[in-house]
Amino acid sequence: MKRKSKPVNDVILQTAAIIIFFIIVIFSIDLFFAGHYSPGGGFIGGLMTSSALVLLLLAFDSQTLKTVLPIDYRLMTATGLLIALGTSLHSIFWGRPFLTHAYDKFHLPLLGEQTLHTAIAFDLGVYLVVIGVTMTIIQTIGESE
Amino acid sequence: MSVLHLAILLPLLAAPFIPLFFWGLKRIHTGWFVLIVPVLLFTYFAGYMPTTSAGEVVTKTVSWMPSLGVEFTAYVDGLSLLFALLITGIGALVVLYSIYYLDKDKESLGHFYVYLLMFMGAMLGVVLSDNMIVMYMFWELTSISSFLLIGYWYEKERSRYGAQKSMLLTVFGGLAMLGGIILLESMVGSYSIREMVANQAVIAESPLFLVAMVLILLGAFTKSAQFPFHIWLPDAMEAPTPVSAYLHSATMVKAGLYLVARMSPVFQESPVWLWTIASVGMFTMFWGSFNAVKQTDLKGILAFSTVSQLGLIMSLLGLGAAALHYEGLDENIYMVATIAAIFHLINHATFKGSLFMMVGIIDHETGTRDVRKLGGLMTVMPISFTVAVIGSLSMAGLPPFNGFLSKEMFLKATTKVASMDFFALDSIGLILPIVAFIGSVFTFIYSLLIFTRTFMGKAKFELLPKTPHEAPVGMLISPVILAILVVGFGLFPNVLSHSLIQPAVEAIYPSLVAGGEEVEVHISFWHGLTPELMMTIGVVLLGTLLFWQIGRWMGIYNRIPHRLTLNGMYDGSLVWSNKAAYRFKDNYMTGFIRSYLIYIFVFLSGMMLFTMAWLDLFNFSFENLAEIAPYEYVLGAVVVLAALAILFMRSRLPSIILLGVVGYGVALFFVFFGAPDLALTQLVIETVSVALFLLVFYHMPDISKKEVRMRFKIGNAMIAILVGATVTMLSFMALSNKSLTSISEYYKENVYELAAGKNMVNVVLVDFRGFDTLFEIVVLSLASLGIYTMIKFRTTRRTKGEGAHEAQKQTRQ
Amino acid sequence: MEVFISIIIGVLTMCAVYLVLSRSLLRIIIGTALFSHAAHLLVLTTAGLKTGDAPVLVHGVTDYTDPLPQALVLTAIVISFGVTAFFLVLAYRTYQELNTDNMEEMKGTETYD
Repeated sequence: MKRKSKPVNDVILQTAAIIIFFIIVIFSIDLFFAGHYSPGGGFIGGLMTSSALVLLLLAFDSQTLKTVLPIDYRLMTATGLLIALGTSLHSIFWGRPFLTHAYDKFHLPLLGEQTLHTAIAFDLGVYLVVIGVTMTIIQTIGESE
Repeated sequence: MSVLHLAILLPLLAAPFIPLFFWGLKRIHTGWFVLIVPVLLFTYFAGYMPTTSAGEVVTKTVSWMPSLGVEFTAYVDGLSLLFALLITGIGALVVLYSIYYLDKDKESLGHFYVYLLMFMGAMLGVVLSDNMIVMYMFWELTSISSFLLIGYWYEKERSRYGAQKSMLLTVFGGLAMLGGIILLESMVGSYSIREMVANQAVIAESPLFLVAMVLILLGAFTKSAQFPFHIWLPDAMEAPTPVSAYLHSATMVKAGLYLVARMSPVFQESPVWLWTIASVGMFTMFWGSFNAVKQTDLKGILAFSTVSQLGLIMSLLGLGAAALHYEGLDENIYMVATIAAIFHLINHATFKGSLFMMVGIIDHETGTRDVRKLGGLMTVMPISFTVAVIGSLSMAGLPPFNGFLSKEMFLKATTKVASMDFFALDSIGLILPIVAFIGSVFTFIYSLLIFTRTFMGKAKFELLPKTPHEAPVGMLISPVILAILVVGFGLFPNVLSHSLIQPAVEAIYPSLVAGGEEVEVHISFWHGLTPELMMTIGVVLLGTLLFWQIGRWMGIYNRIPHRLTLNGMYDGSLVWSNKAAYRFKDNYMTGFIRSYLIYIFVFLSGMMLFTMAWLDLFNFSFENLAEIAPYEYVLGAVVVLAALAILFMRSRLPSIILLGVVGYGVALFFVFFGAPDLALTQLVIETVSVALFLLVFYHMPDISKKEVRMRFKIGNAMIAILVGATVTMLSFMALSNKSLTSISEYYKENVYELAAGKNMVNVVLVDFRGFDTLFEIVVLSLASLGIYTMIKFRTTRRTKGEGAHEAQKQTRQ
Repeated sequence: MEVFISIIIGVLTMCAVYLVLSRSLLRIIIGTALFSHAAHLLVLTTAGLKTGDAPVLVHGVTDYTDPLPQALVLTAIVISFGVTAFFLVLAYRTYQELNTDNMEEMKGTETYD
């Protein structure tokens, strides 16, 4: 991206990108939560979210994205790793082997009968790591000149 | 984990704290803190004496790697206890001595004592482990700590040379021993030494009996510096003198003797065992003493004398095997060899320890160990002189010192050889007493040399770097204690016989004492005019004569050219192997990554095709194959054509697009295969990576259009086709040989009951095989960190683009 | 089907090897990407294709495709993405530092710097 000033103002792309961004993000979150029961999960959800972010990055530029979404993606990676490690470790304190997951049914307001599962927390860790990693890579390369 | 285990590991556990003492408490010599460890351990192990002398053994087991048969079993019997006491007892004296020998302000004592404690722990582990793998681990640890201690003054070139030499030789032996251990395990099915002894008959019948024995003996011979592996020991004398006294005379070099004694019950019925050990030991004894005479360095004399004495004990352990060939314990005169071996082992530790410390004192007080410069120190260093005389005369085998008694027993054992009527001992075996006699004569000569050259004769103080005076009291404590022991054991040898020697000997002959009998050990001064007494007198007479005329025959040492000596061969082989390795390396390490890849690819294909041909796996039979829909043919054709087209692309953009086509095609295949998760992932990944490729390739040059040679292309194509065909064959083979059912049945059945999920792939990822995923995200994070550092942290800052390169080129010109 | 896919795997591997052996860094990276595609297909194919429905529990369905190779390949896809990205940046930085993307010209450059 040697050409610093863009000669064309991509109004159509930018407007569309914002709308599509939200659609993809919502879809990705759905994919993430559905993961335990139907195709989806942390990897796919994470990749989907990051592809939405990449879209924004292409439509605008990395500086704009940084001001709109001031996220340190390396911190995100670390958080994800910690969550995954924490959910794998918790079972040790209950005298179970490493990575034993637990689940139970809960009655939640508005949502009704729902199964809560520690595997979701583990998957959340994966989700965050995938977003963090993809975005770190893309951002650092994008900023490198 | 029992107290016994903690005792073994105590030195290793204490070691990390030593540097703290060294840095934190500069005013007190670190050695005082270290001293606590061996003293404590010595008293602890001394508490086992009543147990072992009653013929009992103590076994404590800690499970380590049960699935591999590796248990940390601590095993205390007479033999191991004797060694444990030697290690801790001499260890305590050596540490005490080192406090005065090493200056706390000049030396890095933190390192020194860590290595020393590491050695102590390792050595205890060797002698107290029943499991041979554990023993092997400790065994190698002693080699490593010895390496570190020899190289302690690493700025000296000789130290590094000596350290490397000892490491190469002892580790070579250690590896051979590991091979032997594994062979023994394959025969018996256990790494436990006790199991091996119990199943001795099984081992004896194995066709690999001799191989295992030779491998084990290689380990023992290298460690105990037996000919021709003795060459490392003289060079090991570059270590600080307390280390030489401790490792290279009293303990570590005796690990080989321990091993031979320990393995005796397993092997000793074989004539090869007796002959190999007896003859190697006897020749080492002669060779060591012969070479000791020509040394000019005091420590050199002691080093060769240690080699010689180790050979003596080794040969006794070999001869001791003869006892098994006689029934009963009463009147079993052949057992005298083993008793003498154990007795001399103790004696050697005492007199050689004192001599080493005495040499250290001389070095410390005069600044040299060269006998050509020393002389006449008797008047200024009377206590050191007394210690030296006691140690030397004991080593020479003169009464009333303990060396006399064990030397007599040694001569007695060798003369008995002639009356043995098996293994051809009564004919060829006669050479053993003759060699023993000649070796003893040289031993007598170098023993005299040690104290006459240094303490008697003309004083040449002007040649010495320092003005000599008597050593400080603290430095004298340890050698004096040892000298007292030399005299004490000489006058009252039977103090040891019941408490230490007898249990140790019984441990070597478990089959003879199986019926609850006891080995009677009684050592006495006067046996009458026996052959061995005559031999001693002969040694003294001939030795005195040769010593008197020493100038006339010293010339024989210069007859052997350096190239033909063992040291010459060792040095030559090092140089040669270095050169050969470089030459070999330069041949295949071309620096082109392409060559390396070709090695990998060709080797992979070769191995695969060879194995498949070998196992006759080319009979493909395809059953229960899935159907192909017409649109799948189309998709397959697209993927193949896109992949092939990449090969002919000469610019980057079409290449990336074609790669994307392949990726999306593969994703579609995943859809057809019933893998929705994969398809989704592949689609998104493909999108993101195409974006990534575009981003990066934007900054890179186009693929060069330079003409590439046809030969280069054809060669690459050949290898490519070969690998491609191999992979297809591999896939065919896997399809036609489905011998195992998939473990996935478990996942399918339990996905809802155990994990409360319905998407099996996701449940496998986060639950059943969560460990994989955990590591995967770690790898991903590492990759992103790597990318981040590569871009953000640069060693050289360049302003912008290619202009910077131009500018740099110009400045270089 | 499996035979057909096996042949596709062979062709993909062949192209990958050819690209990896070439001199241009770009082509080498494209080759590694092709390699991973071939490997993913290989793992799936050797486990048997289309042996049942997609491995998502549905009431009444008993035959499912083997979920294990799918899980392994999913892991592999994500890892190979990480590796490819790493290679790309490595190539990019190498080009910046050495000003060439020809492997033969890079030989031994580590000794000069």
